[in-house]
Amino acid sequence: MSSSASRRPVLAAAGPLGALPAPSLLEQVGAIARRSVVRTFRQRALLVFPLVFPLILFAINGSALSAARKIPGFPDVSYRDFALAVPFLQGALFVAVTAGTDLARDIQSGFFDRLALTPLRGSALLAGQLGGAVVVACVQSLCYLLVGIASGVGIASGFGGALVLLALSILIAFGFAGLGSLLALRFGTGEAVQGFFPLLFVTVFLSSSSLPRNLIKTEWFKEVATYNPVSYLIEGIRSLIITGWDGQALALGFGFALALSVITLSFAGAAMKNRLVRT
Amino acid sequence: MRRFAYVARGVAWRSVHNTLVNPAILLPSLIFPLFFLAAFAGGLSKVAEVPNFHYGPGYTAFQFAFVFLQSAAFGGVFTGFAIARDFDSGFARRLLLTAPRRSGIIAGYALGALARWLLTATLITLAALLAGMNVLGNGGELVGIVGIGVLMNLVAALWACGVAMFLRTEQAGALIQMPVFVVLFLAPVYVPLNLLSGWIHAVAQINPATAALEAARGLLAGSPVKVALAFGLLAAGSALFALWARRGLASAERAG
Amino acid sequence: MSSAPAIEVEQLVREFRKGPRAVDGIDLAVAPGEIYGFLGPNGAGKSTTVLMLTTLLPPTSGRASVGGYDIVHDGAHVRASIGAALQEAALDAILTGREHLQLQATLQGMPKADRARRAQELLERVGLTEAADRRVGGYSGGMKRRLDLALALVHSPRILFLDEPTTGLDLQSRSALWAEVARLAHEEGMTVFLTTQYLEEADALADRVGIIDHGHIVAEGTPTQLKDEIGNPTVEVVPADPTAGDTLAARLTSFGTLARNGNGAVTVQLPGGESQLAEIVRTLDQAQLKVATLQLHQPSLDDVFLAKTGRKLEGAGEEADEQQR
Repeated sequence: MSSSASRRPVLAAAGPLGALPAPSLLEQVGAIARRSVVRTFRQRALLVFPLVFPLILFAINGSALSAARKIPGFPDVSYRDFALAVPFLQGALFVAVTAGTDLARDIQSGFFDRLALTPLRGSALLAGQLGGAVVVACVQSLCYLLVGIASGVGIASGFGGALVLLALSILIAFGFAGLGSLLALRFGTGEAVQGFFPLLFVTVFLSSSSLPRNLIKTEWFKEVATYNPVSYLIEGIRSLIITGWDGQALALGFGFALALSVITLSFAGAAMKNRLVRT
Repeated sequence: MRRFAYVARGVAWRSVHNTLVNPAILLPSLIFPLFFLAAFAGGLSKVAEVPNFHYGPGYTAFQFAFVFLQSAAFGGVFTGFAIARDFDSGFARRLLLTAPRRSGIIAGYALGALARWLLTATLITLAALLAGMNVLGNGGELVGIVGIGVLMNLVAALWACGVAMFLRTEQAGALIQMPVFVVLFLAPVYVPLNLLSGWIHAVAQINPATAALEAARGLLAGSPVKVALAFGLLAAGSALFALWARRGLASAERAG
Repeated sequence: MSSAPAIEVEQLVREFRKGPRAVDGIDLAVAPGEIYGFLGPNGAGKSTTVLMLTTLLPPTSGRASVGGYDIVHDGAHVRASIGAALQEAALDAILTGREHLQLQATLQGMPKADRARRAQELLERVGLTEAADRRVGGYSGGMKRRLDLALALVHSPRILFLDEPTTGLDLQSRSALWAEVARLAHEEGMTVFLTTQYLEEADALADRVGIIDHGHIVAEGTPTQLKDEIGNPTVEVVPADPTAGDTLAARLTSFGTLARNGNGAVTVQLPGGESQLAEIVRTLDQAQLKVATLQLHQPSLDDVFLAKTGRKLEGAGEEADEQQR
């Protein structure tokens, strides 16, 4: 340990409340969000894999299923245009898992307890973590959109529609990040969060991700896709790409995204209260 | 030879045992192929109505062949994850110290992968049959499909073995899995080769997985195609990746 | 200076749903500026006590005050008054040491202008200036513990909780940490509540020691007072034949309280003092029990633990682990 003369503290002893006022909610959220973003950008695998994997699938499926546009009743667009909506959902799943495992790691390592000993509010911790996830979702969504356009996909709703698409995609990612946080707070381990990933992956498959719902021949599959909220999330994004401005699709897409966000955040907030046990 | 067999048997037994007693490992390996079968055969069945899509047994059988081989390949890949975990935990070092014939370790892992896959293969075959899959091939042709699956499993297991032994960490998981995933999906997964177009058609034509997949589909339909080519490519792949795995083992031995 | 205790605990209890009471009605008081050593084996209730006093775990019953604030009703005030380095050096491997300190400073409400200066000052104090901008994932165990301590000091608390701060550290790192803790208490007047399972740590650092076992405080006082209370030396006998432990114990039981160790060794307290040593040797000779080693020890805190609980501190930890399994 240093034995230098610089032992004089910068501040007098803090003692009881009053010497250091609690930081504002915004400051708290900002500090946690900054940390979340720094952590993600320093772990390149966490950034690169969620970017690359959905785009690889998009490239493969966009070509491998190009013949599907010849199915009677298929929309009059290339399959690639049809398929571009899917990476946005897959990216949202990665955001969910990253947000969840980050928080779970804090709980398992005891860093969560360290934060609990500060004036940090539970709502600020949650908002900060989600804020970080939103930044990552912005980067991902922009990449998917730009790659899609570069590969020849036309955005039927134009520049304005592209902005709405990004907004919807980010809202969806926000909702899924809430789910990841909820799982982390409820179960407290990264393994539990990652264990849910296959289930989330399945919900994307059991939707209208590969074909329009009216062209799904197998009755049980069609039924599942009809009740699966992920279908409406995908269709909302897809409508902006292949249709233009479809009010109903957008209303359902935003509606379900908002509902997902509200539900997951409510439960995550309750789980945070249980987890952040302080007297 | 006897010592080789003992080592292989011991490693294989452990591999199978650890899977059977650990639901977190067993269930995904059984459920995911079933899920892919349901998603592809169920969700994409309308694709069979694309003009010039001709496949006698129907779309369920068409997709069954892919899922069958995919489960074989991923079964081999998961072995690589297990090996990487063993290195991370230090158990692999114990194996290297105690095994009198170390090449038996590779054989053991490969045998374990095969044993686990046979369980999965049985389950998805039963599921496909229950779902009404048509099988037009005869007994010998069906054995041929299993043979293709066995070799696919072996090729993937040896590939995974090599990577895991070179890198010796669980972080190698993506590197093990991604190439296998990409190779599989760059074959005619959703439609026959003649209905692919553009760059993916060009890639699928030279992709060794295409021969294996078309051979399996042909055998299922009772009209064998490219069977010799498929077996030849897979046998060559097995030999090549056996060398690769052996090199990986040597690298692990040098690292101590 | 106020004469009110910095930490005061009355009949504190913590029960968990499954299992016995982890803390079973403890009373203690720590004076301002004192280093209080809380000594006990694994599973004794040390960390549970710390979690309650730092407001991270509500007590089942009883009361306690830290810095004059009730731990249940004034949790926020308590947290503002304390710093804590808990059992795990809970750090983020991806952030640098400096980033940790700045984050902590932000969350403690430190003005932006002071954060960087405070971080630098603490980095210098704990000797981490060279590693400050490296990710914590690359730090050694000793470096992590030092950063942990620095983080606990960011807001200049008056009371510091250290939960087994030197577990797993090498001798050099441990000595350095002891020196800093002693300096904080003796030069800056900080109250330190330190839990440990290392006798020498409690002996060397603590002004007063409380010994806890199975959730109860079994002894309390200065290290000197506690050892004087026992007053008795002990003899440790290791039989030449490791299987002769039972026979050895049977022969020595008449001399005083016994404790059995690994490899068949037996430790016996000598209430009559060193003069009993000759009698012990005669007894062993008459019984024709061959001895590998025979050592006389002056009282230690381990002997205090032995006297109060009938077990040695080292063996007690393994026993607790077995029970938990």
